[in-house]
Amino acid sequence: MIPEPSKPSRVYFFGTCLIDSFYPDAGLAAIRLIEREGVRVIFPADQSCCGQPAYNSGFPAEARAVARRQIQALREDIPVVVPSGSCAGMMKHHYPTLFAGDKDLPQAQAFSERVFEWSEFMARVLGVQYEDRGEPLRVTWHSSCHALREMQVIEHSKRLLRQLKNVELVELTKEHECCGFGGTFSIKQPAISGAMVNDKVDDIQRTGADRVIAGDCGCLLNITGAGGQRGLPFAGQHLAEFIWERINGG
Amino acid sequence: MAAESFEKNVDRALADAQLRKNFAFAMGNFILKRKAVFSDTEETERLRTLGNAIKQRALSRLPDLLVQLEAACTRNGIRVHWAETPAVANRIVLETIESHAGTRVVKGKSMVSEEMHLNAFLGTHGIEAVETDLGEFIIQLAGETPSHIIVPAIHKNKMQIAKIFHDKIPGAPYTEDVAELTAIARRTLRRKFYEAGIGLSGVNFAVAETGTLCLVENEGNGRLCTTVPPVHIAVMGLEKVVEKLDDLPPLLRLLTGSATGQLVTTYVNLITSPRRTGEKDGPTEVHLVILDNGRSRIYQDPELRQTLQCVRCGTCLNHCPVYTRIGGHAYGFVYPGPIGKILTPQVEGLEKAGELAFASSLCGACEEVCPVKIPIASLLRRLRDESYSGEPQGIVPGRGCKQNLAERLAWKSWAFLNTHPRLNRMVTSLLGMAGDYLPPAGPLERWMRYRTEPEFARKGLHRRAKEEGIADE
Amino acid sequence: MSEIARDRILARLRGAPRQEIPRLDVPAPAAAAPDRNARVARLKSLMETVRAEVQVLPAAEWIPRLKEVLGARGIKTLLYAPDTDLGSALAEAWQQDAAGLPELVAYAEPVESFKERLFAVDAAVTGAAGAVADTGALILRPTGAEPRLMSLVPPVHIAVLRADSVFPSLGDAMRAGRWAEDMPTNMLLISGPSKTADIELILAFGVHGPKELIVFVLE
Repeated sequence: MIPEPSKPSRVYFFGTCLIDSFYPDAGLAAIRLIEREGVRVIFPADQSCCGQPAYNSGFPAEARAVARRQIQALREDIPVVVPSGSCAGMMKHHYPTLFAGDKDLPQAQAFSERVFEWSEFMARVLGVQYEDRGEPLRVTWHSSCHALREMQVIEHSKRLLRQLKNVELVELTKEHECCGFGGTFSIKQPAISGAMVNDKVDDIQRTGADRVIAGDCGCLLNITGAGGQRGLPFAGQHLAEFIWERINGG
Repeated sequence: MAAESFEKNVDRALADAQLRKNFAFAMGNFILKRKAVFSDTEETERLRTLGNAIKQRALSRLPDLLVQLEAACTRNGIRVHWAETPAVANRIVLETIESHAGTRVVKGKSMVSEEMHLNAFLGTHGIEAVETDLGEFIIQLAGETPSHIIVPAIHKNKMQIAKIFHDKIPGAPYTEDVAELTAIARRTLRRKFYEAGIGLSGVNFAVAETGTLCLVENEGNGRLCTTVPPVHIAVMGLEKVVEKLDDLPPLLRLLTGSATGQLVTTYVNLITSPRRTGEKDGPTEVHLVILDNGRSRIYQDPELRQTLQCVRCGTCLNHCPVYTRIGGHAYGFVYPGPIGKILTPQVEGLEKAGELAFASSLCGACEEVCPVKIPIASLLRRLRDESYSGEPQGIVPGRGCKQNLAERLAWKSWAFLNTHPRLNRMVTSLLGMAGDYLPPAGPLERWMRYRTEPEFARKGLHRRAKEEGIADE
Repeated sequence: MSEIARDRILARLRGAPRQEIPRLDVPAPAAAAPDRNARVARLKSLMETVRAEVQVLPAAEWIPRLKEVLGARGIKTLLYAPDTDLGSALAEAWQQDAAGLPELVAYAEPVESFKERLFAVDAAVTGAAGAVADTGALILRPTGAEPRLMSLVPPVHIAVLRADSVFPSLGDAMRAGRWAEDMPTNMLLISGPSKTADIELILAFGVHGPKELIVFVLE
């Protein structure tokens, strides 16, 4: 039985490059929700990207250079909270591999042990309990691959979602199937990626949900982009942003 | 196979509504079946760990086990042959057949024989290779190759099969009734079993301890091929050897559960020798052909060696969102799906087959279910690294073949940007203001084939966090 | 030729980095092995799921039951192994009264001179060396007296099994029988009639092996 980590006084927030460029509100919501529990959030200006795009594309040296910078920017021995299963997985599970044989391997290993995916941090470490002040709404949930398989945090995400009493969660028939983003996969294999995202969009449509909630902005960008191209009405939102909205009566 | 032909295959497959329907149905079915037969998560995990350990251990002792296997088989009266390439393996099979003046071989299902392109080879030498597994029989009639490791004809529906039988089997009526189609196959092949002078099979596991060949099947054709004809030729990849008989129960449970969602196949056939004195049936001559075909090279690399743990269950195919949508033929090589994507580039080289390693979103669904825990996503990543690697020495053929200036510059720029925070923040701000005006070319154009243009936030998180007074240290 | 290939392959394998990987000890099953009745029940349940017919009956009743089974299916010829206890019991019973019973066909010569008859019989009856309860399969150990093709060629296979030879698992059977010490030419697990799902994953029976498997479990 792994003991639950105790509540820290300070944490780093690693925003991720996709949230920085496309979903800053989600990042802010995630930060505010942590602060709301009396934890001080530090957002180092030097952070950029976890390095995964290069790592998955056959360019580990470039990935390592970028990863090294992040470790440097987040060097104090406090938890690193990441609003993405994909980036958290990269930092937690792949940094040690990426730095194998490198002089900074000990730092990378120590760093990886401090990494938490955001919903796991909120549910497990902070044990949050939310009160839903929003109007009744039907949503569906997409399990991003890395959150599901690498970080295994889906139960935490869904637990948070289920705390919202006025939110009806209708599950996808293929919740666990990849949405087809896969980072550069969506660019390198556009047709296959397109087929996958369209099947995911069909699945979402069938639930009749107004919104698809996910813990990964890569998936959201992919899914809402495809839904948008087909003129479908559902919106996509990061879990943190959704929760922030709901508890504030939005 | 160049990138363009894979792309063409993909486009063709994605446009084939019937194909997509057939595969979506079948793979969905397999996923449910596997879940049902491995319903106890803890027990399943324990089994998979055991399967991985057995295979890793066997691989760690591979040369010794192969020698032990050969000795045991030879003691038992099985003639062991070694072949470095498919061409040599084909020769050995041909010579064995010709030494018995054979003209026809009845075949049990064997993916290694597909790797050898054995049927075509034998055909050019006037020897008829008759596929007896129902799925293989169907595609042989259709003149096609298997599209799945376990169910070779899964890309075909009843109507298509009914037509094939009616067109290609003399006297066969048109019927879509599965029981009737099966009866037609039974009748047609019965005579072939009866008359055949040579039977050929694959091997699921070869036990070094006892010199035993273990074969699993549901139809009974495998047993017929390995028992009725006076000569049995078994072909196997050299990675199929296991240490002890004791290793079989967990491996069988894993293979069968993963492949078809069964607890056990209809038949598990353990062959240890040719017919002994006093016995009345069984082949009087048994041959084992051990094929290398690149495996000993893969073996050189401790990480890539894990590829050889594969027991050919096909479950990675069943769970792969890419395979489900493009089917087996689109891959263009003998082994499709995730295992095909890691094996083929290593055997055929990255120039010919390297594209396959990129045809994955690295979702990890395959490695989640692999019964012997091959870290498929990691191996795909490794092959991608190999494709771009600047270092000349390496084990994977075609290393560095994808290197190109454009991508190298792109990633170097990306790395520069992401290691220079102030510059990065500037660029993000710029994109926030002008991102909508990016020309839809290159990556953006490919993205937008299926999606609306992504909207850059006017103010990125860095800026917003600063404005909101969030501490930066 | 094969020698050179062998040497080259082994040389390559031996030249690769060595890994030391110990054998993982297979832990004993957590639950206590089920008792005999539970094992028989599980065997029966699993085999019936895959369309085998399993009858549990007192040992003394197996021949009368066999006669019923044969009669119900209109079996005209029954292949048997004369040099086994099972076979002699059968021959004796038939000798006493064979009225209305199928003709007994003895598998008493090599297949080369027997093939036509073998492929024409309606059914065969064999013993079973044991069974495996956790996956639902018979263990057959063909011999000179009871050849391999008996349980494969005829469209109906009747197997006679002693209830006290049902093992909890395959591993148990292998260890109890010390299989590794002396493997015969051929050993088989048979879990049901022949089947396939190659056409649209729709189950069909009797592809190439027997269409029917009937098991008598004798108490």
